[in-house]
Amino acid sequence: MLWVCWTANCNKEILGGEMMKVVNQSIPKVDGLGLVMGKPTYTEDIIPRNALVVKVLRSPHAFARIKSIDASEALKLPGVECVFTYKDVPKVPFTRAGQAYPEPSMYDKFILDEYVRHIGDDVAIVAAVDEVSAEKALKLIKVEYEVFEPVLDFEKAEGHKSVIHSGDKIECKVDVGLEADKNIAAKVDIAMGDVDKVLDDCEVVIRRRYYTQATHQTMLESFRSAAYIDERGRLVIIDSTQIPFHVRRFLARAFQIPANKIRVIKPRIGGGFGAKQTANSEFYTALVTLKTGKPSRIIYSTEEVFEAGSPRHAMRFDVTIGADRNGRIRAIDLEGLSDTGAYGEHAYSVFLQAGMKSLNLYNKVEAARFKGKVVYTNHTPSGAFRGYGATQGIYAVESAVNELAHELNISPIDIRKMNMIRQGEAAIKFNFNGIKNTAPTEIVESCALDYCIDRGKELIGWDEKYPRKVIDKNRVRGIGMAIGRQGSGIANVDMGSATINLCDDGSFTLLVGATDLGTGSDTILSQICAEGLGVSFDKINIISSDTDITPFDGGAYASSTTYVTGNAVKKAAEKMRRLIEEEGARNLGTDVDKVEFDGKFIKVKGYDKAISLEELAIKLMYSQKQLVASDSYVCHKSPPPYMAGFAEVEVDLETGKVDVINFAAVLDVGTVINPNLARTQAEGGIVQGIGMALFEDVKIDSRGKMITNNLMNYKIPTRKDIGNIIVEFAESYEPTGPFGAKSIGEVVVNTCSPAIQDAIYNAAGIRVRDLPMTPEKILRELKSKTR
Amino acid sequence: MKAIVNINNQDRELIFEPHEYLLDVLRRYGFLSVRRGCDTTSCSVCTILVDGKPVHSCSYLAARAEGHKITTVEGVEEEARKIAKLLMDEGVDQCGYCSPGFVMTLIGLKNENENPSDEEILDYFMGNLCRCSGYVGQLTAIKKYLGVK
Repeated sequence: MLWVCWTANCNKEILGGEMMKVVNQSIPKVDGLGLVMGKPTYTEDIIPRNALVVKVLRSPHAFARIKSIDASEALKLPGVECVFTYKDVPKVPFTRAGQAYPEPSMYDKFILDEYVRHIGDDVAIVAAVDEVSAEKALKLIKVEYEVFEPVLDFEKAEGHKSVIHSGDKIECKVDVGLEADKNIAAKVDIAMGDVDKVLDDCEVVIRRRYYTQATHQTMLESFRSAAYIDERGRLVIIDSTQIPFHVRRFLARAFQIPANKIRVIKPRIGGGFGAKQTANSEFYTALVTLKTGKPSRIIYSTEEVFEAGSPRHAMRFDVTIGADRNGRIRAIDLEGLSDTGAYGEHAYSVFLQAGMKSLNLYNKVEAARFKGKVVYTNHTPSGAFRGYGATQGIYAVESAVNELAHELNISPIDIRKMNMIRQGEAAIKFNFNGIKNTAPTEIVESCALDYCIDRGKELIGWDEKYPRKVIDKNRVRGIGMAIGRQGSGIANVDMGSATINLCDDGSFTLLVGATDLGTGSDTILSQICAEGLGVSFDKINIISSDTDITPFDGGAYASSTTYVTGNAVKKAAEKMRRLIEEEGARNLGTDVDKVEFDGKFIKVKGYDKAISLEELAIKLMYSQKQLVASDSYVCHKSPPPYMAGFAEVEVDLETGKVDVINFAAVLDVGTVINPNLARTQAEGGIVQGIGMALFEDVKIDSRGKMITNNLMNYKIPTRKDIGNIIVEFAESYEPTGPFGAKSIGEVVVNTCSPAIQDAIYNAAGIRVRDLPMTPEKILRELKSKTR
Repeated sequence: MKAIVNINNQDRELIFEPHEYLLDVLRRYGFLSVRRGCDTTSCSVCTILVDGKPVHSCSYLAARAEGHKITTVEGVEEEARKIAKLLMDEGVDQCGYCSPGFVMTLIGLKNENENPSDEEILDYFMGNLCRCSGYVGQLTAIKKYLGVK
């Protein structure tokens, strides 16, 4: 069943002078019906017949060397096809971080290694004809370990006597300050102005320390992939991934085979939130299938997803803010420490964003600095998670700005309005490692933060509720706020592309490498395509994420798809439109500048002469030519979406429990391509943000074993934990965006923790600076306050 | 072992191991809407109906199914289509992985309580985890389906 352009909320709006017909409409997701009806479209549903079951033997030690490994008993077991250890695989270091080449992540991972660096690290790979035999085989592999003292406290990792990676075996293609022998994966030092000098001169200086915890993406479909050799002897991977093109490159490097011998297909996937921006299971299925020639598949257990996944980097921040007594912020100094865990995937870039994105909320400062280190530990390696460092950095800076407001007795709203970035202003230009930044100054061309704050203030009822309301003897409510931002793609790095074919019935096939992980990007890109062509939505048939068929795209990360790939789609659509007019003119026997395409007919201007697109399409196809338009887009800037978030919480003074009563969010994401899908992104992100603020926490025991390795122990919000969520969008237009759009996927998670923290403070007069703000911590603070 | 199980109004002879859960057996027999989301009965992704009531198929032994009526999304196409349309109208279908479990839970709620309050809906659906949608639009869709205010 096909839904032809759905029309509720279809008020045509004029944005940036352009009349939108398909963009800015809540068109239902193109794959929605099939997904809800349970059609077999996920990796596990389309595994090749007789695929070998692949299982991974995982390390029980946080840090050890494999002294001996003996798989002979396992291999004797009927049904066991093969067992591979580090002795059987190529010794080429690589990174699994889904980033453009050359990656600013360490090449510190091997398919299998003699050393294991976290509990859950891979020791051996088993393939068997069924689940039971594979499980049995795992138990029969005999491993002797030389166990080392693990590094389990990231604040003690630098210079620890246990060195996690040997410097002569690993490298980084980009100089990010790797000092493996000191357990330092990366260093950041960016500055504008003389921070120390300005701070010395400030009337008011506050210094605060904040901690953010590791949290887990918790997508409901675990990591999984299947592999087979196709009829031409090429390796095909069916992969639940956000980064099919990067996976192809990683596999080519790890196995030292040409990338053109590999095809990666992303079917529908059950969420990712950044977890699947790091490759994971693909190496195992690729290895088994390459070695045996037989199809294989792997499906991670929940325990494996947690212990061998890629949680959010835990960080520590020391924030120093200098201001005058009126609240004008003159300098911000942010010093950080980040825990990358056992491998350096996304180590540098996540950390860099923690500073870049947070400090740039306050561009009027005379000086700003962000410096710090990312260290290796024997924790599960960290990775990408919605917000990608900005979440952590904004938590620290926004919490400190709230504290400064209290210190100066200024409203948190007034202090933002006095200091925050505004439309038309220049972003902070940072010098990197003391080297002068000569890049052109970046001007923020769209920023509706002012409106977001004013509207959010109304939605939450700020004037009536600030700062607190006593409900009864034990319960008190408070409100708090924060602002946040993200980017839209990575400037001068991210590239997306699109190809459009005209079909013989006058419809179009849109091919994109972009990766829809449930967000609806297939739908949004189809909307942009239809708008660019000037045709109705039902004329677009999108095919995405197959490295053999679709043009290159980095993948679903860095809030890039709508902005970067969207721009590529728009450019390709405009090209196709010109081709249609050219061919229409030729078939009508006139010049191209004398015709126009109205979405259905190519008409000769001022005359009653026209050819329908259908007629033209069929004529072209059967006797003339295939119309193909292709284009790509590299973003030269990364326009930030902005958000103001307002929390109203209720604190139970007896138990320390905090409930979010209301969370109001007003967002500036430029033109909203699909209002319903955008609202859902916001609501989903805010719920994840509430989880991070109040209870989500990856906990490790004294041996380095993850305690929260399943959904019983790792708590994500249920529908009873979230209160009332209110989302609105500001009117905004980004001139460089496709039809004025910026990104939405990540900004939504960034204001919850600081806004909730200040709401708790306003309610109960206590401040918990290490996340999550659990009842235990709240109660402890309440008790020490009354003591 | 063998058992005759009524799946979507059709008696079928199933062959399985005594330790197997209905989730894995149903998938093996081609009911691919039934999916695993966790290993601890925490997420409700695998929800099916047993005699009209929602059950976690990941922890329901296949051997128990004999003599019961099992329903999956494949057996309630018309209702699932209605629910799908409502979820899509709210834009909360998202990754879709948890949707079949959601659909079965909603049909289960309708069987048990045709006129629930918001609080009763939230209680009934508390175990249905969704990491994409933020739940807000799902509540709207549930209420529209049940025709409650």
